[in-house]
Amino acid sequence: MELSYTVAVLIIPVFMFLFLGIVGVKLSKKTAGILGTVAMGITTVIAYTAALTYFFGTDQGQVIDGVRQQLTVLDLTWLEFTKNLVIKIGVLLDPISAMMLIVISTVSFMVHLYSLGYMDGERGFQRYYAFLSLFTFSMLGLVLATNIFQMYIFWELVGVSSYLLIGFYYTLPAAVSASKKAFIVTRFADLGFLIGILILSFYTDTFDFISLTSDPQAAISTAGGATFLGCSVMTWALTLIFMGGAGKSAMFPLHIWLPDAMEGPTPVSALIHAATMVVAGVYLVARLFPLYAVDATALDIITVVGAFTAFYAAAVACVQSDIKRVLAFSTISQIAFMITSLGVASPELHHGVGYMASMFHLFTHAMFKALLFLCAGAIIHAVHSNEMSAMGGLRKYMPICHIAFLIGCLAIAGIPPFAGFFSKDEILVAAYANSPLWGVWLSVVAGMTAFYMFRLYYKIFWWNNPDYGHHTPHEAPMTMTFPLIFLGLVSIVAGFIPFGEFVTWNHEEYVIHLDWSVAGTSIVIALIGIALATVMYRKENNIPEQLANRFRGLWTAAYHRFYMDELYQFITHKIIFARISKPIAWFDRRIIDGTMDLLANVTNSASFAVRRMQSGSVQTYVWFYLVGAVAVAAITIICLI
Amino acid sequence: MELTMMMYIIPAMIMFGCGVYGFITRRNMIAILISLELMLNAVDINFAVFNRFLFPGQMEGMFFSLFAIGLAAAETALAIAIVINVYRAVRNVDIRQLTKMKF
Amino acid sequence: MESLGSIIAYFIIAIAIIVFSVLAVTSGKILRAATYLLFVLFATAGIYFQIGYEFLGAVQIAVYAGGIMVLFVFSILLTHKPGANAPRLANHKRWLGLSAALLGAGVCLYSLLSYGSFMMQKMPDNFSIDIHSIGQALLSTDKFGYLLPFEAISILLLACIIGGVVIARKR
Repeated sequence: MELSYTVAVLIIPVFMFLFLGIVGVKLSKKTAGILGTVAMGITTVIAYTAALTYFFGTDQGQVIDGVRQQLTVLDLTWLEFTKNLVIKIGVLLDPISAMMLIVISTVSFMVHLYSLGYMDGERGFQRYYAFLSLFTFSMLGLVLATNIFQMYIFWELVGVSSYLLIGFYYTLPAAVSASKKAFIVTRFADLGFLIGILILSFYTDTFDFISLTSDPQAAISTAGGATFLGCSVMTWALTLIFMGGAGKSAMFPLHIWLPDAMEGPTPVSALIHAATMVVAGVYLVARLFPLYAVDATALDIITVVGAFTAFYAAAVACVQSDIKRVLAFSTISQIAFMITSLGVASPELHHGVGYMASMFHLFTHAMFKALLFLCAGAIIHAVHSNEMSAMGGLRKYMPICHIAFLIGCLAIAGIPPFAGFFSKDEILVAAYANSPLWGVWLSVVAGMTAFYMFRLYYKIFWWNNPDYGHHTPHEAPMTMTFPLIFLGLVSIVAGFIPFGEFVTWNHEEYVIHLDWSVAGTSIVIALIGIALATVMYRKENNIPEQLANRFRGLWTAAYHRFYMDELYQFITHKIIFARISKPIAWFDRRIIDGTMDLLANVTNSASFAVRRMQSGSVQTYVWFYLVGAVAVAAITIICLI
Repeated sequence: MELTMMMYIIPAMIMFGCGVYGFITRRNMIAILISLELMLNAVDINFAVFNRFLFPGQMEGMFFSLFAIGLAAAETALAIAIVINVYRAVRNVDIRQLTKMKF
Repeated sequence: MESLGSIIAYFIIAIAIIVFSVLAVTSGKILRAATYLLFVLFATAGIYFQIGYEFLGAVQIAVYAGGIMVLFVFSILLTHKPGANAPRLANHKRWLGLSAALLGAGVCLYSLLSYGSFMMQKMPDNFSIDIHSIGQALLSTDKFGYLLPFEAISILLLACIIGGVVIARKR
């Protein structure tokens, strides 16, 4: 197959990971960074070539009868346990994986470039680039996986690289505990994922995506109507798989790790915790969407979880004071949009527009959210603080950053012609088509999005004009501003991509036409949100404080993220640790270890008793030898005679 | 009165017992060597006597004794060399000095 | 029926072996112990002569009584002050030695007695072994030839000489 060179996008980063990881410390920081960036550039070029060939080429059999084909361009057998249980490893090109190729390589390359300036002079610079390469490798492997088992392996690998990068500043206790939290929470979710995989493949006899999704009805019926606790086995499997996705994508109630993950370097937050890894859950559901499409229960669960998370995260984002936290909650909210969009995308409604909308929003969101995070990084770089109170009036000092941030905010708020408008509009169309409840719900959340994003914008760039003293903020270096400019341009134009031609749930073409009743409403709502934010935050005043005082209880609860972390603390420490783990630990220490200790002590004291025999006196040895020989002789004689 | 095989074996057995006793009780290394020679000698007698009484036409037992005598000579020479070396190191030939061997 | 002379000779030899063995391991003076050992060795040679192994007896006298005893006496003279007495034995050590010796002797005696009649056989007559056949056997490579052990033991002796020199050499 011509496209089999796609595998190079996996080989180059993994090689760079090993190279920088092993000999990186021998290189100078600059060399290591430039090497990593150049390798990422090459990977990007290959990824673009492969994706564009897939979308626009005609000679590979990509499109047959108006249906885009899924191409397995590489297929190797990795483990062969039995005839049925074969684990393969390969590269699958289809519309969503090709789209993800573009997203990941673009953002990753921009982050590599940006990090040259942002991480300049940091300790462990080489290690940082090695981990970035590892992450790029794992994420690309995840999206290109041909089967669910390969996906699971890369799924864990991205978890590991996320853990390593969150804990990059491993001397800070907050970073260490954040990385542990992220790892443990996502691992816990992955437990459900693994069980789901095992149930699914037990009933369908395959791991392969193409055979799983090509005939979902047959796959469902092989379960033979087996039920468990009132739901069919397939619903359970799909829900458990979604649980894995929810953990990675920070859906309520597994979202608690993502705000803490902001302890990592800001470019890492842009790459992993905004643009790529956290959408893995969306990608997973999209990948298995034909299966979900025939299971209404699973889809309903997804919708409810997504819609609730979107609202919850948006509410929390409105009151946070740490700019990265605001962006983190906005990420959760936006991903919840995509998840909801998948949940409401029944194929019979409006040609399953929700699926396309979800992928479209994934694409645009990756671009403008990466842009926002990189801007935040530049701001933090300039004022050396994450807190809004340390900022204000920055538009004069950092013009490029200001414009880029404004573009990002307009995009996420859904103002035409920026990218977010088009994708969010499609999501709203899908939601209204499913039920007015979800439509109204999401519109409200969209309004809140506009409000908190512009609150953030005004707090950073307008509000008051604090005295920066002799340490005046200044524009970031070129390596950092170029990614901002590039991503800003992408965020402006990405909405005009005719996305429906490329990515739809059944791979047939779908023409996007704006539904102006929905679009108009969403624009009005966004404008209301922006206007509200302008009134409250443009100039320094005490309206926010008065409002906060008026709704003190609500404000405090939202500021503390509605006490979700405290609830987790309570459940884990007071209930699981104290009531379950303690007795088990006691049993382990006293009974299991006690038995072993007893054995060891008996052996020890027996050895001490026997030790005296080893006196070094030859004569004693001879005595033992003689008595032994005589005893043997005596036994022999008694037996023989 | 007849001289039976038993009558030759019994003195050899007593000699061997004396050797064992001496080997275990003596502290002087040379005395231990003497006990060792007694034991060897007792065994030589056994070989020769069994050969003579049971297989008079053959010579295996006799040759075994012969070689055992040769080995005893070699062993004694080496042991005496070691004893003298030990003596040089610790100025006596007490076997208890050699308990240091266990380290 | 043996001659009275040989019976008397046997008893002299047997009593000498028993008495001098006991004395050799109980005597307090080391030089005396060596002398008693010499007597035991002579008595052993006497046994060999009596049962007709003249060559073996001669070797016993030449190697043991002649060679090894000289070594013993030399080393005793080198390492001991004349007339020094061995210290008294600790009681437990005597019991240790006595128990081992008696235990071994008891087992041997039991087995000898249980073969009672077999052990009571007489010495076969018509026995002659001449030095010529011994020499032939020692240096032949046929069946019942002993050239290989002969050579092996000569190498061993050589190694032993060298080893003795190396160990005892002054550093």
